[in-house]
Amino acid sequence: MKDPRTYGLMAEFDTVNDAIEAAHKVYGAGYRKIDAYAPFPVEELSEAIGFHHNGVALVCLVGGLLGGTAAYVLQYWINTVGYPVNIGGRPLHSWPAFIIVTFEMTILFSGLSAVFGMLALNGLPQPYHPVFNVPQFDAASKDKFFIVIFSSDKKYDPEGTRQFLESLNPTSVAEVPS
Amino acid sequence: MARPTEVEVGEQKAPVIQPGHTFASITDKVASIVLRRPVTNGWLVGMVICFLILQWFLFAVCWLFYKGVGVWGVNIPIGWGFAIVNFVWWIGIGHAGTLISAILLLLRQQWRNSINRFAEAMTLFAVACAGMFPVFHLGRPWLAYWLFPYPNTMSYWPNFRSPLVWDVFAVSTYGTISLVFWFVGLIPDLASMRDTTQNKVLKFVFGAMSMGWRNSVRHWNRYETAYLLLAGLATPLVLSVHTVVSFDFAIGIVPGWHTTIFPPYFVAGAIYSGFAMVLVLAIPIRKFYDIEDLITQRHVENSAMVMLATGWIVAYGYGIEAFVNWYGGDPYESFLRWNRLHGPYALWYYALLFFNLVVPQILWFKKVRNNNFLLFLISLDVLVGMWLERFIIVVVSLTRDFVPSSFGQYYPTQFDWAIFIGTLGFFSACMFLFLRLLPAVSIAELKTLLPQAEVTVEHEAEVHQG
Repeated sequence: MKDPRTYGLMAEFDTVNDAIEAAHKVYGAGYRKIDAYAPFPVEELSEAIGFHHNGVALVCLVGGLLGGTAAYVLQYWINTVGYPVNIGGRPLHSWPAFIIVTFEMTILFSGLSAVFGMLALNGLPQPYHPVFNVPQFDAASKDKFFIVIFSSDKKYDPEGTRQFLESLNPTSVAEVPS
Repeated sequence: MARPTEVEVGEQKAPVIQPGHTFASITDKVASIVLRRPVTNGWLVGMVICFLILQWFLFAVCWLFYKGVGVWGVNIPIGWGFAIVNFVWWIGIGHAGTLISAILLLLRQQWRNSINRFAEAMTLFAVACAGMFPVFHLGRPWLAYWLFPYPNTMSYWPNFRSPLVWDVFAVSTYGTISLVFWFVGLIPDLASMRDTTQNKVLKFVFGAMSMGWRNSVRHWNRYETAYLLLAGLATPLVLSVHTVVSFDFAIGIVPGWHTTIFPPYFVAGAIYSGFAMVLVLAIPIRKFYDIEDLITQRHVENSAMVMLATGWIVAYGYGIEAFVNWYGGDPYESFLRWNRLHGPYALWYYALLFFNLVVPQILWFKKVRNNNFLLFLISLDVLVGMWLERFIIVVVSLTRDFVPSSFGQYYPTQFDWAIFIGTLGFFSACMFLFLRLLPAVSIAELKTLLPQAEVTVEHEAEVHQG
C-alpha cells in the first residue's frame, strides 16, 4: 500500500536497549523495508533489523588482489620487457626486490577499495534524504535512536503501522514526508 | 565487549572518561570547541607565531628552488644532510598516530578512543612534513613525478630494485591510507557537527563534508567493517614504512648502515618519538581546551609507559649496534664505533645517549608519569634525542666512510635550519587549524565507552531466521 506522499513512519527511542527490543518486534511482525538509526555503531541493532552481511570485506579483498597483481606484473614487465638492464648477467626477473612495492600496492588498493566500497554500498555521498525532513531526527547523531518503516514495505498501512509503532512505547512517532 | 568501566573498578585505574557524561554532553562538549568557543588570545598568538615561521619556511624553500641544493650544507661526501635526517624524524613521529588508531584498535585498548583523532591528524601533518624533504632534496623538484612509473617519451622506468623507489611507494601509500583513515573516522562526527550547528553556512559545509551521513545502522555496519579492515591494513603498513625507510640505509654498504637490526630498531625509535609528540600535543590541548575529563590522566600515563618501553627497545638497538661493531671484526665498523665515541661528532653522540637513554628512565616513577609538566619536558627531550639519533646515523657514517682521503665535515647552513624549523611551524599551524575547525576528539567512538551504550537485551536468534 504505497503512499506517494509518505516515505515512511519514524519512531524515536531514548535508550539503545528500547530501540533494540522494538527493532526485534518490528522485524518479528514481518516488516522488512525498515531501517534504524543510532548515534554510534550498535551491532545488535543492525542484527535486529535483519542486516547481517555486508560486502565490504569482499570488495576489499578483490581490490587488494588486483592492486598487488598489477604492481607485480608491472615490475615484471618493466624489468624483463620494457626496460631490461643487464647488470653482470644477474637475472632480470629478480622477484625478491619486487615484493615491497607489491606489498605496498596491495595495502593501498585494498584500503581504498574498503573505503570507497563502503561509501558506494552505503549510497554516499547522498545530498538529500527524506529522513532529514523530520525535525527531531537531528538527535540521531546526538543521543536518540530511531526506527523507520518505509511506505514501500508490503505490510505498510498508514493507520495500522502507526498504531503498531505506538504500541512499542516510543518517545514519539512521526510521519516522514518524501 | 568488555566495558572499560568494569575493568577500571577491578584494576583500580583512573577512568578513560570521567563519570557523569551522557551521549548529549559528549556531543555538546566536543562540538562546542569548534562551534561556540570564541577565538582566544592564546590560540591567536600561537597561530600567528606558527604562521610567521611558515612564511620563513616558504621563503627558504623559494630560495632553495631558485638556487638549488647548494644553499644547503650538503657536499660530497655528505650528500644526505638535514633533508634525510628530518625526513626520517618526521615520518617516525607519524607512526605513533597510526599505532594508536590501528594497532590499539585491534588490541581493543579502548582508552585510545579519545586520543586517536588528534593522533591521526598528527600523523597526517607529520607525513606531509616528511614527504616534502625528499622532494626538496631532488635538486629538480618540479620533476618529482619521474619517481612514479608512467609511460613516457623517454622510454624510462624507475629502478624497482632501489630502496629509494620502494620508499616512494611506502611513503605515498602511508600518506594516502592515513588520510582516508582519518577522514573515515571524521565522517560521523562531521554529521554530528552538521546536526548541532545553527549556522546555515556551517550546516552546509559540514553536511557536504559528511556526504549526507544519516547514522543508519546499515551504514554503521559497513562502516565498522571498513574501519576494522583499514586498521588491519594500516598495522602491517606502519611497520613496513619505517622498515623501508631503514632499507634506504641498510641496503647500502656504508659502515654503520649495513646492519639487519635496522628495521625493528627504526620502528621502535619511530614509536618512541611519536609518543613523545603525542604527549607534547596532548598535555597542552587537554589543559587549554578543558577536556581533561575526556583525555584523562590515564591516557597520559599510558603514553608515558609506551615511551618507556619503546625507549628500551631503542636502547637494545644501540647495544646490539655496538656489540656487532666489535664482534663482527670489520675494521671499518670498528672505526665507526671509535669515530662515534671519539670523533668530531662525539659530543652529539653522548648527547643522544643522555637524551634517549638516561633522562627517560625517570619515567619508572609513577609520580613523574603523573607530573604533566615534567612529562612534557621529557617528551621534548626524547624528540631532540631521536632527531640526534638520525643525525648521528646519517652524518657520522657519511663523513668518514672507507678512504681517509675522502673524509669530510658537515656544516648545516641557515637554509638547512630554516627549512627544518619551518616544517615545525607548518606542522604546528596545521594542528592549530585542525583544533579550531574540526572535532578534535572522536564523538561517536567516545559514546561507545559510556555505560549507557551497553546492550543488555538478550539476542533473540530465532527471529532472524525468516
